[in-house]
Amino acid sequence: MNPKRKQRLLIILGMVFGLGIAVGLVMYALSQNINLFFTPTQIATGTAPDDQFIRVGGMVREGSMTRDPSSLQVAFDVTDFDHNVRVTYTGILPDLFREGQGVVVQGRVHNGLFAATEVLAKHDENYMPPEVTEALKQSGQLDKIMGRN
Amino acid sequence: MFAEFGHFALVTAFAIAICQSVIPLYGYFTQQDTLIATAKPLALLQGFALAVSFAVLMHGFLVHDFSISYVANNSNLYLPWYFRLSAVWGAHEGSLLLWALILAVWGVAVSLFSRGIPDEMASLVLSVLGMIGIGFIAFMLFTSNPFERLLPFAPANGQDLNPLLQDPGLIFHPPMLYMGYVGLSVAYAFAMAALIAGRLDATWARWSRPWTTIAWSFLTFGIALGSWWAYYELGWGGWWFWDPVENASLIPWLVATALMHSLAVTEKRGLFRSWTVLLAIAAFSLSLLGTFLVRSGVLTSVHAFANDPERGVFILGFLIVVIGGSLTLYAIRAAAVSEPGRFGWLSRESWLLFNNLILTVMAISVLLGTLYPLLVDSLGGGKVSVGPPFFNAVFVPLTAILVSFMVFGPLTSWQQMKDTRQYRPLIVAGLVSVIAGLVWPTQMLGAYSIASALGTVLALWLALGTVIDIRQRILEYGSVRVMSRKVGAGFFGMWTAHIGVAVTIFGVAMVENHTEHRDLRMGPGDVQALGPYEVRFIQLEKIQGPNYVADRVTFEVWEGTRLYQAVMPEKRLYNASQMVMTEAAIDPGFTRDLYIALGEPLGDGDWAVRLSIKPFVDWIWAGSFLMGFGGIVAITDRRYRRVRARKAALLEDRVAPA
Repeated sequence: MNPKRKQRLLIILGMVFGLGIAVGLVMYALSQNINLFFTPTQIATGTAPDDQFIRVGGMVREGSMTRDPSSLQVAFDVTDFDHNVRVTYTGILPDLFREGQGVVVQGRVHNGLFAATEVLAKHDENYMPPEVTEALKQSGQLDKIMGRN
Repeated sequence: MFAEFGHFALVTAFAIAICQSVIPLYGYFTQQDTLIATAKPLALLQGFALAVSFAVLMHGFLVHDFSISYVANNSNLYLPWYFRLSAVWGAHEGSLLLWALILAVWGVAVSLFSRGIPDEMASLVLSVLGMIGIGFIAFMLFTSNPFERLLPFAPANGQDLNPLLQDPGLIFHPPMLYMGYVGLSVAYAFAMAALIAGRLDATWARWSRPWTTIAWSFLTFGIALGSWWAYYELGWGGWWFWDPVENASLIPWLVATALMHSLAVTEKRGLFRSWTVLLAIAAFSLSLLGTFLVRSGVLTSVHAFANDPERGVFILGFLIVVIGGSLTLYAIRAAAVSEPGRFGWLSRESWLLFNNLILTVMAISVLLGTLYPLLVDSLGGGKVSVGPPFFNAVFVPLTAILVSFMVFGPLTSWQQMKDTRQYRPLIVAGLVSVIAGLVWPTQMLGAYSIASALGTVLALWLALGTVIDIRQRILEYGSVRVMSRKVGAGFFGMWTAHIGVAVTIFGVAMVENHTEHRDLRMGPGDVQALGPYEVRFIQLEKIQGPNYVADRVTFEVWEGTRLYQAVMPEKRLYNASQMVMTEAAIDPGFTRDLYIALGEPLGDGDWAVRLSIKPFVDWIWAGSFLMGFGGIVAITDRRYRRVRARKAALLEDRVAPA
């Protein structure tokens, strides 16, 4: 094998090896950092794991929101119209957060309560997060929302 | 009738794009100079037709022509004129028109500034650009026509532009970003033309380099503006979210960065040709993929707007044609590409090779992290999301490695480094940086953090390394004057950009590790401490804007007994859309930003309030600006013009005897 070819082969082998290791590490890091999505029904029926970081999507139930009078703590129900999950959150809610609107919350379930560390509502009021659509589809209540908009 | 005129111009542009892609290509293969020569005028014509189309849509916005559905959906009688102009690209259809226009503008630029390039080569490039144009204009005409009418029942008033987009940042962010995205199509077209013509050589690399660099600069500016906009307008003070849409712009940026460096090797040493071509294909394909991700709504994102899946299918099809077509051409042609010459293991080529490897791994990681949820969902694994911890875990160590390459690379000679004593000052600089890194975080707010120390070390080492490189060059040439004449603008561009990277890394490390951040409940008369300041809630008032009403709170920021400043964040309710928006009050500074924003009213006159001090946050964007500016400096290099001058001289010689 001439030296030029040999160098090329070494470079390519090195690159494949390096990329292989990198992709392996990336996949490992991915598996450690994904957040699974659950519907309110899955949480109410206990299918969702306790104390694990997860996402829940659904609609904020009308009239369910309560505020602590002295701090930034709020609580509200996220519903797929079959079951509700009580969510607690301390902090500032996004501008588009409203009762009766779609929302995605991230956090952990503990004793049936969902302690959210993040509340996401979207840019555009006509936009429905895919998670919420999914949750409502599973509970068979999607038409209720689509009819209204 | 005016809107139909715009539609007509768009159809005309479509027809011209078809001619532009077919005629010169046919001329090239049949060796007919007259056909080859049509490429440039056709590119100019296409640019003109699209400019007319764009101007018509803009006119529709200015005169409130609500019979155009797109105007009715994205404008309003009370929208100020400058936002009516930027509203043209505020939603899907218009931003596509802007995309097509910018593509045509790149085509015009290629036909005007390619005098140093043989005509048949330039015409091949323009032909490829024409093909991309066909794709995008067809996309508009068939799935998203911006001139669609709402007749006979035109509304009396429009639904207003999404309030988030009613911001000066949006006037510049999309055009800049698109200039970058679409600019990569020129690098792609050059690669395709070189493959078709079978001349992947150093000359091709020299032609392609300035176009790649300028596109990269625009992309850098575009991403930085987007991040800045997110910071003050929507992010509650965050500057990067690892959101799929942000990733969609970062992935091509990383690949384009690799491409710039790989092109340098191809031009100077004739090496890495196949790799460079692959990168050029990848950079453009990934910017198309970015468009697909943004426009199809397949991913959950803070940027996601109501979307139409059919559009996604179209772009996906287009993407498959582009990637499939170019890889096929590559497979046919690349086998014939030979790589002349070798290089030693300790050479600038090696450093650049490893730099490319790291940048590619970064791009692949971001891509995997972005597409993973799609993948899992399509395999029936349910809905998942990948959070920032993943991206941070991947990016921080890779950046650290990359920085060390940036320190050693420029000081290493081509082919084989003979004298490693030149590395000594770099190692000393590294030790100095480590000491600085140990000390500096103790001077900042908050707890000592390893990450902050690491950021400080990397930033300082890179900055010092760059200065050492400059100093070595000056010593080599004897004086600053001789050096600056000899090394060329390319080096100045590189130094500027590398310093920019150092500045950005420092800003990121400080903001991520030393931000003081408090969410509080405050009412009139309340006082809260914030770092060295005291923040007082003075009063709440209602104000009336042009198309919104707002609650505005006046806060006084006191430094001891001295009033430092009064700031007034707002909470706006936009009339037409009934959307609520937060206008944060930011007091920018060299070493920190003071950030105060209103959450929601809590009753009894109390408000949720966010107070933060963000140390060195503006350095993130200042550094990005330096990077982009470095790119602009680099393309002013004499040798790109010299080619043109030489060519002109050649022509004169030829003309003279005749």
